[in-house]
Amino acid sequence: MTAMLDVKKLQVAYGGIKAIKGIDFHVNEGELVTLIGANGAGKSSTLRALSGLIKPAGGTVTYKGRDITGVPSHALVGLGIALCPEGRGVFARLNVHENLLMGAYSRDDKAQILREVDEIYTMIPRLKERTLQMAGTLSGGEQQMLAIGRAMLAQPKLLMLDEPSMGLAPLMVDKIFEIIRLIASRGTTILLIEQNAQLALENATRGYVLESGEITLQGDAKVLLADPRVKEAYLGG
Amino acid sequence: MSIDVLLQQIVNGLVVGSVYALVALGYTMVYGILQLINFAHGEIVMIGGPTSVFATKWLLSMGRPSLLALLIAILVAMVVCAVVGVAIERVAYRPLRNAPRLAPLITAIGVSILLQQLAILVFGRNYFTFPELISRDPITIGVVTVTMNEIVILLASVALMAALLWLVHNTKIGTAMRATAENQKVAGLMGIDVNKIIAITFAIGSGLGAIAGVMVASNYGQAHYYMGFMLGLKAFTAAVMGGIGNLWGAMVGGLILGLVENVGLIFVRGDYKDIFAFVVLVLVLIFRPQGLIGERVAERA
Repeated sequence: MTAMLDVKKLQVAYGGIKAIKGIDFHVNEGELVTLIGANGAGKSSTLRALSGLIKPAGGTVTYKGRDITGVPSHALVGLGIALCPEGRGVFARLNVHENLLMGAYSRDDKAQILREVDEIYTMIPRLKERTLQMAGTLSGGEQQMLAIGRAMLAQPKLLMLDEPSMGLAPLMVDKIFEIIRLIASRGTTILLIEQNAQLALENATRGYVLESGEITLQGDAKVLLADPRVKEAYLGG
Repeated sequence: MSIDVLLQQIVNGLVVGSVYALVALGYTMVYGILQLINFAHGEIVMIGGPTSVFATKWLLSMGRPSLLALLIAILVAMVVCAVVGVAIERVAYRPLRNAPRLAPLITAIGVSILLQQLAILVFGRNYFTFPELISRDPITIGVVTVTMNEIVILLASVALMAALLWLVHNTKIGTAMRATAENQKVAGLMGIDVNKIIAITFAIGSGLGAIAGVMVASNYGQAHYYMGFMLGLKAFTAAVMGGIGNLWGAMVGGLILGLVENVGLIFVRGDYKDIFAFVVLVLVLIFRPQGLIGERVAERA
């Protein structure tokens, strides 16, 4: 079986300094794969290169057998890839409803889009209560929910989440992961970038550990969770 | 000072101010999306003047009725100006999008001079007479005297501004414009072709500018290669006064500037009229740099 997303020898450099030194990883259809690592390990650089926000310095990214290396971000949405960016990136001066509609920008089926907006509201009732509120006035957790909901409106086959738990209270983090599990259970393939290794590995099928721009460990999420090296480095011993 | 004079100047101010507002919208839309002061915008407005003169004269010589000639001339001017605006963005500003912000600013001034010189080459240095398609005969309403031309300018401006607000707030493309203005990277992630949205913004701003150019030409009965300079500066002042980047700000700023100028005329000689705009600009920059309606943003230029 060929992987849905196949990354080979990916390199990212910032002005000659290599942030990602040729990593290989893949995501199979239906999986929830997580990429964990400390701050500055290169997680976000990897995701930025995958999503066309920066051009990789080397390597290839293949999605469903198609080379998408360096394809600009706006063209990826149509292929079924959505990225929920680090720091959430909701449009602060657009209201919740408009933010959700922007997620469906590349689609034309208005009636179906509105049905899916309603589905998001059912899945995340908090957003429904705030539909006409400017996104900038939402709490961090609500913004994260909005960002995920917005990404789902692109009808992605592959959803990439960049640090969804960042800066959120533990209770809110649980809610976010509840939503992520729900999305995964409905068949969307997920690539999850997380600093919270415990939570990420508990929810993932497989995981990769990124250290200083290289993948040092990989395997079944349950196995990684029990691995003494992971425990020591990321799970607080 | 009699109340009649004041009323008359208020009406004159609203007419001039609504033209400022239309031009100011072009500055503010581009600033909102690129944080760039497009100093060439005044010249785009100017191009609308002579273009509409040539178009109307040609259409009239073909025996078209005057109102139809005017409408078609406006459309021609809009298309020409939109094309010029989009071309400027593509050729002069886009390559500098990630450059330090001073570079596109200076480029904009350069483009402005370039367009003026090109206008001399294409249209010549002459003043062109704009045919009186809508009557410029004075009509007296109560104590105030206006022309049909001025009434049309006022009504058309209000309609255009309402249409723009509707577009920006109620359509998919308008929402995408606001999203792009806020965060280009994330807008791209949504599948929004940011370059296309920016081009559309330039096209709309230039189209409104074209109409303003036709209004000025039609109101004063003439068009020339230099007409965009002062108009552009004043509209820029209006945009800053209202809060640059803010659509309501541009509209309110334009109207207030028109009013200040014309009411001010009661107290000083006409030669000094232009002083008001720049006194207002300086005062706003000192006391309320974010503009009357604008939000305070971290200064980036």
